Amino acid sequence: MVDSKQQWKAWLYLSPAIVLLLVFTAWPIINTLRMAFLENYSGLQEIGGATFNFGIGNFLTVIKYKKFLQCLSNTIFLCITTVPISTMLALLIAVALNSIKPLQKLLQTIFFLPYVTNSIAIGMVFAAMFNIIGLRPGNAYADTWGIINNVIQFFGGEPINWINAGSDYMPNMIVMIIYIVWNALPFKILVLLGGLQSINKQYYDAAKVDSTSRTRVFGRITVPLLSPMLAYVIITGFIGGFKEYSSIIGIFGENMGPAHDTGRLNTMVGFVYDALERDFQGRASAAALILFGIILLVTLFNNHVIKRFTHY
Amino acid sequence: MKVVLQNLTKVFPSRDKKSGKEVVAVNDFTFEIPDGKLIGLLGPSGCGKSTTLYMISGLQKPTGGKIFFGEDDVTELTTENRGIGLVFQNYALYPHMTVKQNILFPLQNLKGEDKMSKADMLERAHWAAKLVQIDDLMDRKPSEMSGGQQQRVAIARALVKMPRVLLLDEPLSNLDARLRLQTREEIRRIQRETGITTIFVTHDQEEAMSISDMIVVMKLGVVQQTGKPQEVYDNPTNLFVAKFLGTPPINVFAGSVKGGKLYLGEDAVLDVPGVADQEVHVGIRPEGFELDPKGPMTCNLNSIEVMGRDSSIVSTHAASQNPVVRSIIDADNKVEEGAETVRFSLKPHKVFLFHKETEERIYFEVK
Repeated sequence: MVDSKQQWKAWLYLSPAIVLLLVFTAWPIINTLRMAFLENYSGLQEIGGATFNFGIGNFLTVIKYKKFLQCLSNTIFLCITTVPISTMLALLIAVALNSIKPLQKLLQTIFFLPYVTNSIAIGMVFAAMFNIIGLRPGNAYADTWGIINNVIQFFGGEPINWINAGSDYMPNMIVMIIYIVWNALPFKILVLLGGLQSINKQYYDAAKVDSTSRTRVFGRITVPLLSPMLAYVIITGFIGGFKEYSSIIGIFGENMGPAHDTGRLNTMVGFVYDALERDFQGRASAAALILFGIILLVTLFNNHVIKRFTHY
Repeated sequence: MKVVLQNLTKVFPSRDKKSGKEVVAVNDFTFEIPDGKLIGLLGPSGCGKSTTLYMISGLQKPTGGKIFFGEDDVTELTTENRGIGLVFQNYALYPHMTVKQNILFPLQNLKGEDKMSKADMLERAHWAAKLVQIDDLMDRKPSEMSGGQQQRVAIARALVKMPRVLLLDEPLSNLDARLRLQTREEIRRIQRETGITTIFVTHDQEEAMSISDMIVVMKLGVVQQTGKPQEVYDNPTNLFVAKFLGTPPINVFAGSVKGGKLYLGEDAVLDVPGVADQEVHVGIRPEGFELDPKGPMTCNLNSIEVMGRDSSIVSTHAASQNPVVRSIIDADNKVEEGAETVRFSLKPHKVFLFHKETEERIYFEVK
């Protein structure tokens, strides 16, 4: 316990952090709650002297909004596909990386590169790769396809309209899934590799003595001993997944969809931004709170399920 | 299953690439372990005893030499295919499995002809658990058990598949003194009951002496002496073995031999017929002293520690290489109170002579 005469010093040292937290974290949360429950709240109109009724009108508007439901379904779809795929891939890659000695550091660096690369830039590269029109060097005309379609053609397939005007929903989503998974891998590999390297090697020696097959070592020893790390990666993966936004921008730009159907791939966070842009802060706040509620429920559910499979 | 080690050698490459000095952990180890015996590999840290054990297990590959189980050459066989049981120093129990799952684990790995039905596996697991007396702890996790209990689970896991050879790496080092005493008896009992050839590694000579059928004393990768514990104790081949075995440790003196007599300082303490005149190391076991008012050896008395059955006389002698000379005599023999010196005669078969430089044993006739 600090001497009471000294306490003012403690508060003094803490004050910069406390002030910043109050201004940039606590107040926005309170303000979000306030705006969400003031019907049709708009910041500009409030400055103009308008008053708003207290109520849950914003929430009802958001839920009834067809676009909101589409954003919600896009978000959930991306979440439940990318989190399992990226976790499995990351696990396999981490185990493989951990079991090789030469080039381990080099490969680790390569796998980590996407993490330190700007995601918008990656999105643009992906967009170019999946493009249906591309430029051959020295040819002024757009007469060929992006590299993915080139590969498909090389193997005798028909080029697919992945992301351009006139493309279908599923090809759009496949591109998004590939991009999000690829983008999510480095962090997951890093965490899982760290977990693997902290597992006592003697368990593997013991498994050898017990004549354990490789698949059983993986399933009965590696995965259970890695389960705390897996739980962490899955839970943060879902939380990140529900906040998916910049990846869509990266590939489709601010249209949030192919040119003929803008907004088709919009997500929850995208919906919030759209509402803010059009000065519907009340609606945006309500949507943000709904998103918060969903993430909270999903995380509680995850925790509950994962607890039964996790050994700490 | 007898285990034969033939010129077994392990060389570790140097960590420091510049000097390029290799470390010879085990050097030309040849030994035959008879079927169904309990063998103790004994030596100070870094003597290569654990490396030897891990080479027998297959977890480490020998640089040279061969290993046979019975008539089979297993040198090139991987650990998985050797059919051994190994108890690790810190047990290496799978922390996420219960005792039962841990013990069942090796059985569930059996393939082909050896594959067992679920009921058979459970029965065998219970047999192993009973053998080590943990059958009432089957649903506990390793973290919920004491060190001694974990150690039993580790032994049960190693035994459950009836290994050809059981290996124990410092099995008692993580236990407290009391449990150590009890567990070493357990290991002896379990080994007798199962008849599995068992090799264990220890740096504790008392532990090795008390339960082994045979001991192997190692130093810096080289085997110094092998044999029954009592034989090795009674007949050490060099100064290292003499010093390493026995509690309290052997008393070592700087002595010399002149005309068939052993001199410690000025005193001729013993007839050593057949030994050429030379400087020697003299080792005298604590129990090699006898109180004798007319004895040839005179020591300055420090203290007497009475331990019931025996007393331990702590004294000093000018020629002693240890700070004190410790002798154990029957408690019936009394030393005069207030005496400043004490005189001993020596039991010839408890006195060993070693070459001054090579420290190898010099034998003399005991009358």
